[in-house]
Amino acid sequence: MDIVVMARALFGTSLGFHIIYATIGVGLPVMIIIAEVMYFIKKDSDYALLARRWTKAFAILLAVSIASGTIVGVMISLLFPDFMEIVGQVIALPFQMEIFAFLIEAVFMSIYLYAADRLPPTLRLVSIISVALGATASAILITDVHAWMNTPAGFRMLPNGEITDIDTWAAFFNPSFGVTAIHVTLSAYMTVAFLVASVAALRLMKSKITDQERAYHKKALMIALYFGALMSLGTAINGHETAQMLHEYNPRKLAAAEGLFETQRYAPLSVGGYTSLEDQRVKYAIEIPYGLSFLAGDRLDTEVIGLNEYPQELWPPLYVHILFNVMVGIGTVLIAVAFAALFWKLVLKKEFPGWILAILVVSGPLALLAIEAGWCFSCIGRQPWTITDVLRTGEAATKSKSVGFLFYLFMSLYITLLFVTGFVLRFYFKRNPVSRDLSSQ
Amino acid sequence: MEASTLAVTILWSLLFIYAMLGSLDFGAGFWGMIYGKSEEKSAAQIANRFLSPTWEVTNVFLVIFVVSVVTFFPYATTLLSSVLLVPVALGLLLLTIRTTFMVFQHYAGKFVGLLRVTSGVTGLIIPALLVSILPITLGGFISFEDDYPRLEYGELLTHPTLYMHVLFGLSTELFISSVFLMDYAKEAEDWDAYDTFRKHALWLGPVSIAVAMLTIGTFPEEAGWIVDNIEQNWLIFGLSLLFFLIGYVLLFLKKPDGRKGRARPAVIMIVLQYGFAIYAYGSAHLPYLIYPDLTVSDGFTNASTFYPMLIVYAVGFGILIPAFYLFWRLFLKDRRYLKQQ
Ligand code: HDD
Ligand code: HEM
Ligand code: HEM
Repeated sequence: MDIVVMARALFGTSLGFHIIYATIGVGLPVMIIIAEVMYFIKKDSDYALLARRWTKAFAILLAVSIASGTIVGVMISLLFPDFMEIVGQVIALPFQMEIFAFLIEAVFMSIYLYAADRLPPTLRLVSIISVALGATASAILITDVHAWMNTPAGFRMLPNGEITDIDTWAAFFNPSFGVTAIHVTLSAYMTVAFLVASVAALRLMKSKITDQERAYHKKALMIALYFGALMSLGTAINGHETAQMLHEYNPRKLAAAEGLFETQRYAPLSVGGYTSLEDQRVKYAIEIPYGLSFLAGDRLDTEVIGLNEYPQELWPPLYVHILFNVMVGIGTVLIAVAFAALFWKLVLKKEFPGWILAILVVSGPLALLAIEAGWCFSCIGRQPWTITDVLRTGEAATKSKSVGFLFYLFMSLYITLLFVTGFVLRFYFKRNPVSRDLSSQ
Repeated sequence: MEASTLAVTILWSLLFIYAMLGSLDFGAGFWGMIYGKSEEKSAAQIANRFLSPTWEVTNVFLVIFVVSVVTFFPYATTLLSSVLLVPVALGLLLLTIRTTFMVFQHYAGKFVGLLRVTSGVTGLIIPALLVSILPITLGGFISFEDDYPRLEYGELLTHPTLYMHVLFGLSTELFISSVFLMDYAKEAEDWDAYDTFRKHALWLGPVSIAVAMLTIGTFPEEAGWIVDNIEQNWLIFGLSLLFFLIGYVLLFLKKPDGRKGRARPAVIMIVLQYGFAIYAYGSAHLPYLIYPDLTVSDGFTNASTFYPMLIVYAVGFGILIPAFYLFWRLFLKDRRYLKQQ
C-alpha cells in the first residue's frame, strides 16, 4: 500500500485504540467523585466501596491510557512531521499546557491510589477532584488542536509555505474550540456513565446474588442512569450547536455528513442509508422534511450548502454519512433508554425486568461505538485536508518506507493489549468479588 | 542569551531530569526483577515501593521532552522524524509493554513472574534504544537520497560507538538507581536492601566512569568537532569527575552508628556529577542538533510563539510545586509508606 495511506491507517488505529481508554480516563474519575460525595452525604459504606472498586479498574485502565497516549503523542510527530512543523509555530500552547494537566493527574492519581488511607477525607476528595480536573483539561486541550485543524485560525500561509502573522491566542480560541470541547467532555462523561450502567446491569442479571450485592449494584446503576441521562441530553443539545458550527465554518463537512449535493433551502435530514454518487442523493434513507435546514440554522428555510459547490477532489469520502448517523443515532437511542429506565423506576416504581437490564448491558458498548464513530467522522470528514484548506494530508505525511511494517506491529500490540486488559480486569474482579468486600465492611 | 540558546538549555535541562528519573525508573524495574524471586526479597520490595507511585510522573517527563523538542524546534521535526522513526517507534512499543505489564503485575497475582521479567528486561532495552540516539546526532550515520534523509543502519549497527554508548547508558542507569535506592532503603530502615544496593553501587561506579571515557574514544571520524569541544570543556568535565570521586568516597565513610556509607550526600554528589557532565556535553554539542545538517538556530520556532510557551512552563511548574512537595512527603519521606509490609 501507499506510504501515506499506511501512515494514516497507523495513526488512525492508534487514536482509535487510545480513545477507548482515554475516554474512560476522563469520565471515571467523575463517577468516583460522585460516589465519594454520596458517601459523604448518606454515610452508606456501599458508596465508599463503589469508589474503591472503580478506582482499581481506573488504575488498570490508566496504565494503557498513558502508554497508548505516549504512543500517539510521539507518533504524531513521527508520522506527520510537516504538520507538526506548522503546529509547533502556531498551536503549540495547548500541547504544552496539556502536559501540566497530565502531571496534575499523574501526581494526584498516585496520591489517591497509594496514600488514600493516610490522608484526611478532605485531602482525599481534593486528590480525586484534581485527577478529574487534570483528565478533563487534557481532553479539552488536545481537542483544541483538533478543533484548530478543522477551523484553522491565527496565522497566514504564504504561497511558498512560510507561516506569518502568527497570533497564538487567536489560534487557541479558534472558532470551533468552544463547542467541540464541550461536546467531547460531555460525550466522554455520558459514555462512562453508560459503561458503568452496563456492568451493574450485567451483575443484576445474574440469578445467584445476595440481597446485599443486589442493593450495591442498584446504587451503581442509579448513579449511572441519573448522570447518563443528564449527560446524554447535554451531548445532544450541544451536538446540535456543533452542527451549526459546521454550517457556519465548514459547510462542506456538513454536506458530506448528510449526503447533500445541491445547495437548497428547506433541506431534508436523511436518516440511515448510504450516499450514492451516481444518484446524487442518500439511498434507502428515511427523510425528515426540513430537518437539515432546522439543524443547521434553527429555521426551516435556512440555505444549506451542497457538495456540488466544491470540486469533487475536495470532497471527503462519502461514507462519513454513515459514521455521522451512527453517532447521532446512538445518541438519540441512549437518551431514550436513560429516561425510559428512570421513568420505570421513579414513576412506575417497578423493578427492572430482564429485558430492560439486557438493553442497559449494551448501552455502554454502544456509547463507545458512538465515540469512535464521532471521532472518525470528524477526522475522516476533514479529508483530503489535515489542516482544513491549508495543508493536504498527502503533504503532511512522512515518506519513510518503514511505516508499513510498523502498522502491522502496532496492530498486533493493540489487539493483544485489548485482550490482556480485559483478562486482567476479569481476573482481578473475580479474585476480589464484591461479596467479599461487602461482608468485610 | 539568544532565544534559541535559551530554548535548547531548557530542553537540555528536561533531558537531564528525564535521564535521572528514567534511570531510577528503569533501574528500579530491573532490580525489582533481579531480586523478585531470590531470598533478598526486601531489595525487590524497596524497588517496587519506589516504582509504584512514581512511574506515571516519570513518563510525563518523557512526554514533556518530546513535546518540547517539537514545539521549540518545529523545523527539526522533518529530519528528526524521518531518521528516528523506526528506533523511536520500537522504543514506544517496548515502553507500552513495560508500562502495562508493570502495572498489571499488581492485579494479576498468578502471572506475576512473567509480567515482572518482561517489564524488567524491557527496562534495559528501552534505555539502550534511547541512548542510541546520541551517536546518530554526531554525524556520519545519515545520508540523503533525493533530498530525503535516511539512517544508515548498516553503518550504525556495525560501529563500535553504538555499543559503547549502549553500555554507557546501562552502566549509568544501574549506578544511579543503586545509589538512589540505597538512600531509599535507608529511609525505610531496611538494612538488607541497603547493603545489597550499596554493594552494586560500589562496582558500578568505577565501571560507569571507565565506560564513559572509553566511549569518547570510539566516536566516529565525523565527530572530530565534538571531541575538540569536549577537550575545551575539560574543566567542567573535571568537576564532574571530582563530584564522582567525592560521592564514591562517601559510600565508604562510616556513620556514627558504625554503618558504612553516607547515602544522602552521596546521592547529591552523583546528581551533581551527572548535572555537570550533561551540561558540559550539551554545550560541546552546540551549535548542532544533528551534525552537520541541523543547527539549533535552524530548527528554532519564532520568538512570538516562544515567549508564551516560556510563560506556560513557568506557570505550569509553579502550580505543580506544592503538588510535588506533597508527593515527596507521602512517598519518599513518610515512614508509614516506606516501612509497610
Ligand atoms: C457518545 C458519543 C457521542 C454522541 C452520542 C454524539 N456525539 Fe457528536 N461527536 C462525538 C461524540 C458523540 C465525539 C467523538 O466526541 C466528536 C468527534 C470529534 C469531536 O469534536 O467530538 C463528535 C463530533 C460531532 C460533530 C463534528 C464536529 C466536527 O467535525 O467539527 C458533529 C456535527 C456532532 N458531533 C453532532 C452530534 C449530534 C447532532 C449528536 C446528537 C445526538 C451527537 N453529535 C451525539
Ligand atoms: C480527544 C481525544 C483524547 C482524549 C480524551 C485523551 C485523554 C487522555 C487521558 C485521560 C490520558 C491519561 C492522562 C494521564 O493520566 O497522564 C491521556 C494520555 C495521553 N494522551 Fe491522550 N487523549 C486524546 C487524544 C490524544 C491525542 C490525539 C494525543 C497526541 C497527539 C494524545 C496524547 C497523549 C499523551 C502523550 C498521553 C500520555 C501522558 C502521560 O504520559 O501521562 N492524546 N490522554
Ligand atoms: C482520539 C480520537 C480520534 C480518532 C479515533 C481519530 C481518528 C482518525 C482517523 C481514522 C484518521 C485517518 C483519517 C484519514 O486519513 O482518512 C485520523 C487522522 C488524523 N487525526 Fe484524528 N482521530 C482522533 C482524534 C484526533 C485528535 C484529538 C487530533 C489532534 C490533535 C487528531 C489529529 C489527526 C491527524 C494529525 C491525523 C492525520 C492527518 C489526516 O489524516 O488528516 N485526531 N484520525
